Amino acid sequence: MNDKKQSPLLRVKNLRKSFGENVVLKDVSFIMNEGDTKVIIGPSGTGKSTLLTCINQLVRPDSGEIYLKDECITSAENMNRFRQRIGFVFQDFGLFNHLTAKKNIMVGLTKVKKMHKKEAEEIAVEELERVGLMKQADQYPAQLSGGQKQRVGIARALAMQPEIILFDEPTSALDPELIGEVLSVMEDLAENRMTMLIVTHEMGFARTVSDEIIFMEDGVIVEEGSPDKMFKKPDHGRTREFLFKLTELYGEGDE
Amino acid sequence: MKGTWVTIQLTFLTLGLGIVIAIPFSFGQVYGPKWVKAVVTVYERVLRSIPGIVILFLIYYGFPKVGVNFSPYLACVLGLGMRSGAYQSEIFRGAILSIDSSQMRASRSLGMSKMQGFRNVILPQAFRVALPPWANEFTIVLKDSSFAYALGVTELVREGRYIISTSYEPMVIFLAIAAIYFVISITLNRSLVALEGKLSIPGFDIKETIK
Repeated sequence: MNDKKQSPLLRVKNLRKSFGENVVLKDVSFIMNEGDTKVIIGPSGTGKSTLLTCINQLVRPDSGEIYLKDECITSAENMNRFRQRIGFVFQDFGLFNHLTAKKNIMVGLTKVKKMHKKEAEEIAVEELERVGLMKQADQYPAQLSGGQKQRVGIARALAMQPEIILFDEPTSALDPELIGEVLSVMEDLAENRMTMLIVTHEMGFARTVSDEIIFMEDGVIVEEGSPDKMFKKPDHGRTREFLFKLTELYGEGDE
Repeated sequence: MKGTWVTIQLTFLTLGLGIVIAIPFSFGQVYGPKWVKAVVTVYERVLRSIPGIVILFLIYYGFPKVGVNFSPYLACVLGLGMRSGAYQSEIFRGAILSIDSSQMRASRSLGMSKMQGFRNVILPQAFRVALPPWANEFTIVLKDSSFAYALGVTELVREGRYIISTSYEPMVIFLAIAAIYFVISITLNRSLVALEGKLSIPGFDIKETIK
């Protein structure tokens, strides 16, 4: 199944997490290779976002292991070191409201990576260019549109030169006409073989850009496979039903 | 007038000590483990429930019993500073809580520790939120510095009394004292408002969101 490259970049093994009585993740395992773009889909409340936040340990899983390359994250003493290597893009952008777009990108470099201001600024400018926001460098988050905010969010994650970026519904808080600009940035990243794990409801994106789709429901991975297989002949009836509903809703499935 | 200078000194030292107490305390109360929260809560409850003047007496007369002697001046700074620390940490705590949790989450996701996130992201924002209530605390501390009178510190009010005892013009002197307090208070409030304006960030404005 994962035969593109030998050493997996990310391994998630038997991950479990519950909040009180509510079991959110029941035994989730999967592997990501370098350069993979994987999309996680599934109904709301099935633990997709929890899975992402468990990977960078913003939420501690109850049990199970996560490996980044050969290092175990889940038993790591100093998680901050790992978080630098795992980018995270939030649904609500999470931009620092008191900093300009450029400074938003710089702060992680200067404070976490202890880079010089000059150097950090160069990188920030580079990343802003990459997401097409040079003109907005000195604007504050409140002056940016949702799509621009999210692009800054992506640029901020990229600037840290992460080995993988996790996207938690990056376009769900956006107006429909702003979704495209964010998705096209993500498409570029996929083309450049950035390793990305993306929770999204954008079926068109999932179908055309991802290498593999993971369908999750009720805290378990129901099925995973290539977009072609998932859309055309999934093994599970539930997968078909879900994808059918979504593509019907968003009208981007068939082509 | 020397008393005015002492009053201003007392005010700033009290506020300064208050901030030094309030920032770590408010951090502890929001992000710390349970026992830290408990300690801070008890500290705040106690210091906010006792009248300032009683705190001063307790420090001034209480500490010598355990072998520590403070000058009246130092006792005032300590007592009023600790008390202001309690109020200020409430102000900062409220300001910190008003900052969306996404800010800390995003800081952590970049690999910042809790402390780094607090210092680089939460505090600069919380500080802006806290400025208006902090300006209010400032005027309260300015006026409370007159408690120092009770320990014999020659601040503005006591100096006034000395002058009255020779000039026999209580009304004139007290009016003058009131005017001095008024001028200090207005001046500093003005500068704080100016600071607020200077620090204001587009879209990060409380007034704007209320409008």
